[in-house]
Amino acid sequence: MTTALEVKVDVLDGTATLLLAGDVDREGGAALDRAYSEAAAAGAVSLILDFAAVPYINSTGIALIVGLLGRARAAAVPVTARGLTDHYREIFEITRLSDFMTIEAGAPAPEGSTR
Amino acid sequence: MSLVADSLRRIVSRGRTAPAVAASVGEPERVSAPAAVPAPIDIAPNDPIIPYFQSAAGAVDIEALELDSPALEAMRSAGVKLVVPLVTQGELIGLLNLGPRLSDQDYSGDDRRLLESLAAQAAPAVRVGQLVREQEAEIRSRERLEQELAVARLIQQNFLPRSLPEVAGWSVAADYRPAREVGGDFYDFIDLPDGRLGFVVGDVTDKGVPAALVMAATRSVLRASAQRLVEPGAVLERVNEHLVPDIPENMFVTCLYGVIELETGRLVFANAGHNLPMVASGGAVTELMARGMPLGLMPGMEYEETEALLDPGAHLLLYSDGVTEAHDADREMFGGGRLSSVMAEAGTRRGDALLRTLIAALGAFVAPGAEQEDDITLVAIRRESGAGAADALADFSVASEPGNEREAIRRIEPALAAAGLSGARLERMKTAVAEAVMNAMEHGNGFQPELPVDVTLVRDGDALRVDVTDRGSARPMPEAPDPDIDAKLAGEQTPRGWGLFLIRNMVDELDVSGDDEHHTTRLVMHLEGGRDDDRA
Repeated sequence: MTTALEVKVDVLDGTATLLLAGDVDREGGAALDRAYSEAAAAGAVSLILDFAAVPYINSTGIALIVGLLGRARAAAVPVTARGLTDHYREIFEITRLSDFMTIEAGAPAPEGSTR
Repeated sequence: MSLVADSLRRIVSRGRTAPAVAASVGEPERVSAPAAVPAPIDIAPNDPIIPYFQSAAGAVDIEALELDSPALEAMRSAGVKLVVPLVTQGELIGLLNLGPRLSDQDYSGDDRRLLESLAAQAAPAVRVGQLVREQEAEIRSRERLEQELAVARLIQQNFLPRSLPEVAGWSVAADYRPAREVGGDFYDFIDLPDGRLGFVVGDVTDKGVPAALVMAATRSVLRASAQRLVEPGAVLERVNEHLVPDIPENMFVTCLYGVIELETGRLVFANAGHNLPMVASGGAVTELMARGMPLGLMPGMEYEETEALLDPGAHLLLYSDGVTEAHDADREMFGGGRLSSVMAEAGTRRGDALLRTLIAALGAFVAPGAEQEDDITLVAIRRESGAGAADALADFSVASEPGNEREAIRRIEPALAAAGLSGARLERMKTAVAEAVMNAMEHGNGFQPELPVDVTLVRDGDALRVDVTDRGSARPMPEAPDPDIDAKLAGEQTPRGWGLFLIRNMVDELDVSGDDEHHTTRLVMHLEGGRDDDRA
């Protein structure tokens, strides 16, 4: 039922895309940290968080995203979120995460999505 | 002392042959000169020769010894002249028995010194051999015991119902937890003609395979008798008559058998010395009484029958003594009083939730880490309160383990959807439930897995109400400040602390309440006229 978070990092022209797959909850912290460090080491100047394969985000997951956003802002790296469902877009708005990152309109869920 | 006696009983004496050595470790065939293997000498455990040999300074001249000892006589008549006790660490572990010298001369001082030195070296080696042998025997017997336990468990579990009866207007739940050494608990449900349901709980005294076989026999005879006889008392009489001739000595069976008329809620039961059933109804808990001797003790027993009416909402609880006789760290028993209080508190809940609550109360009561003393059996039969009442649409518990909020969502989602919640509002309620369950598991129950989080869903008019209850005794829920993302991003506030904020923004109404033992977070969503788009 629950799926541990895995994060794949693709860097292209200075933009690192973090492809998140699995649940963004308290267990996901290490995977997300590792991915951020990998992106930073690759010299990324902007970040995209791709949530298309994320079925579940809870409050501890929100805290992880806040933490990542804090690091990115300190390094002046802009962050974009993509692939969020309407429900989690609403949560990003309620928490005002959306004030500090660009939220891309929800695209149809790509292949491999668990939704 | 019994060990010594055991070793000594096997001592082999030599007859009129060369002064050979007879080892004491119990296998006469190892002795040299097999042609003349003599009979072992029996030494009674209370023979005075044992303490004499134990404290003897060295070789003992048998002919000169004056002692009122049957073993001494036996040695003399077997021709033993000299005995060298094998003593190690103050313990007599065997004897070297010697016949006369071939030359018929007495043993010299040199002979004795040689023999004593031999004995001093042989004794520890012989002792090691004995210990190894004892240990091997112990391991073998432990393996046999484990194997027997596995067989007993298999028999017992084969005779427990594989599924619970599903009866309209009634809910039935059962929880059976075997102790490691398998007691003889059992329960059963019997489909009867004319809209009646039979139920059985019982406990065979004693453990292991014999108890499991008696349990199987009791269940079979009871099932057969229940189909032929109507009155529960007559059924138990019949079962008793069957058991008495064949039951092993010192074994008997406590057993309660009852029949419920499903349409009317009329309950009749008879009791063969088993724990009395409890009924929670209309806020009160009563114990129902019926007398009778346990099964298998004496022929010709009669069993009193008791009748009761289970009103809509009434909850009948049957249990075994593994519940009431569980001990806490101070050896105090759980007892019927505590059981009754839990019934008073949780008796209105669905059966599985009631049983989870009971198991949790029991788990919190017994000494931490203590092994379960006896089988635990709980059976709950509830008459649903019928249309119009606030019956729970979902009622379950999850253990306080990280990630179990997902389990809670999985279980409540179908009920929420069936009640008419859909789309964005269904997603919001799911998130609210997940966050409330996480709070309850972490802040209320401190992630102690044995503490459950109860989740109930009730429909009240157009309102769907979810109660999430933990076991956080009198600990106030932490009042998190409203999360401020600017402060969080600036590192002035922990990145966490979103739970309650999220919940508040997900549902139409939020209420947090508590007493000495619980916190309850109540989440309400209205089916119509909810604030679907008031935040966009």
